[in-house]
Amino acid sequence: MVLYARRRIANGLIMTLSVVATAFGLLWLVLVLWTLLWNGVAAITPALFSQMTPPPGSAGGLLNAIFGSVVMTLIATLIGTPTGILAGTFLAEYSRGSRFGEVVRFINDILLSAPSIIVGLFVYEIMVVNMGHFSAWAGAVALAIIVIPVVVRTTEDMLNLVPDTLREAASALGAPKWKVIVMVSYRAAIQGMVTGVMLAVARIAGETAPLLFTALNNQFWSTDLNAPMANLPVVIFQFAMSPYADWQVLAWGGALLITITVLFLNIGARALASWGTFKQ
Amino acid sequence: MVRGRGGVIGDFVFRNLTFFFALLVLLILGGVIVALIEGALPALTTFGVAFLYTEVWNPVTEKFGALAPIYGTLVTSAIAMVVGIPVAFGVAVFITEICPLWLKRPLATMIELLAAIPSIIYGIWGLFVFAPFVQSYIQPAIIDTFGQLPGIGALFAGPPLGIGVLTAGFILAIMVLPFISSIMRDVFETVPSILKESAYALGSTRAEVVWHVVLPYTRIGVVGGVLLGLGRALGETMAVTFVIGNAHRISASILQPGTTISASLANEFTEAVGDLYLSSLIALGLLLFVITFTVLAIAKVMLLRLQKQAGG
Repeated sequence: MVLYARRRIANGLIMTLSVVATAFGLLWLVLVLWTLLWNGVAAITPALFSQMTPPPGSAGGLLNAIFGSVVMTLIATLIGTPTGILAGTFLAEYSRGSRFGEVVRFINDILLSAPSIIVGLFVYEIMVVNMGHFSAWAGAVALAIIVIPVVVRTTEDMLNLVPDTLREAASALGAPKWKVIVMVSYRAAIQGMVTGVMLAVARIAGETAPLLFTALNNQFWSTDLNAPMANLPVVIFQFAMSPYADWQVLAWGGALLITITVLFLNIGARALASWGTFKQ
Repeated sequence: MVRGRGGVIGDFVFRNLTFFFALLVLLILGGVIVALIEGALPALTTFGVAFLYTEVWNPVTEKFGALAPIYGTLVTSAIAMVVGIPVAFGVAVFITEICPLWLKRPLATMIELLAAIPSIIYGIWGLFVFAPFVQSYIQPAIIDTFGQLPGIGALFAGPPLGIGVLTAGFILAIMVLPFISSIMRDVFETVPSILKESAYALGSTRAEVVWHVVLPYTRIGVVGGVLLGLGRALGETMAVTFVIGNAHRISASILQPGTTISASLANEFTEAVGDLYLSSLIALGLLLFVITFTVLAIAKVMLLRLQKQAGG
């Protein structure tokens, strides 16, 4: 009986600790979101979306930074998505059990979690140094390199979920393999693949480190992809670290915008994924 | 036959197209390695192995050593792991073993959403909210209690600045927490329920099931998940840069400012004047790459082993 009581006490203690740990962990995360909302909402004004980043001490908004972020994210997605999908297709459809496929998969998983600042350094070395100046192109390429492994991974996972009987049925009707992949496998997996792309966009929407040495920043409105371009994360970094109160307010506003975008994309991706499973 | 040949050509083209892009993934990694080594070469040939254990970081005299950033990277990550792992473990146990069914999915989704929040958000929060709080409440308390102890007191000495190694480590912990706990949860879910049920049938308590059934079964996966989190903490830039203070020195006290590899890069790279300065920063990047690559590779191998085990 003594032993049983001891075990029960130990159990109660460990389970309580686990509940406390959950409460403790969630507390910080809620605090982060709460202060973000508290400080960010105050900064959301029409001017935020209609005016340029100001010099310290005057009013302004984040229009050029928002534009730059959207442009670079778009280009990065346009480069990264086809690359990722084709590479993922190779892994799922052509390299089952092959040594080469295993190596690519392993390397891709490492790229998936590699520090993003390293990607920034890499693009600095290959693009910024050769071109002689920072540019939006370099920023977009850096972001694309972050998109690729995410899309490769989800494409491969989703194609692997497509039942082989579908492929066999198409092959039995005489379809060549590329047609089987494009017209059967892709169609069956399209929802999951779109989910992957959305998650990848969410991932780069808030990436700061790779843009620091590539796109740099620009105080003015610029649509020139060959010149440095303003973007939300770097503006937030610069404004938050500054001693000027009005810059700091803009930084909070930008931070809230990014968080909402990222959460929205993630929730959308999840909704899409679960809608797919319901339909099946 | 004519249509059949069209298929052959299409297959050839499509197969090689996908092969090319798969190869591109390898080329990117190869390119990263080559570019970093090439960029780091001037610094590495000038300073040699001493680069790794020299603390001096002086742009004026062009003397650079990586010891302070390496130390800062390791210490902040260690703090993040010490704080983060037990909490993440508790969260994962709560979700898989205790939590009522209706709460399970919302909680798991919420934690996964939190893992997606960009690190710059944690950084800006750390700078404006957490650091002032630490400065006025937590650090004075730590200095008055632990700071007075003989021996370990030096670890907690100095004025309360708010920013510093401890603050950065704690924010890293908050950041990697959802990441590690969602991997641990995934891993715990792989335990066949028949194993757990058998243990319960023999009269085990929940804690005993976790300790004697779930953990032994998922040991490799848990370590793999922790290492993935560690890889993330080591390379994390923005969450740390805001609050570490960017001081190139090694203080005995973890309350004092320091720097990490990624914070040095973020703060100094675009302002670095002189080839040797720039090259030294790239050499720091190379070091970071080697460290995280090793950690991530080990993590991957471990998680793959668990996958094989779960697959039978």
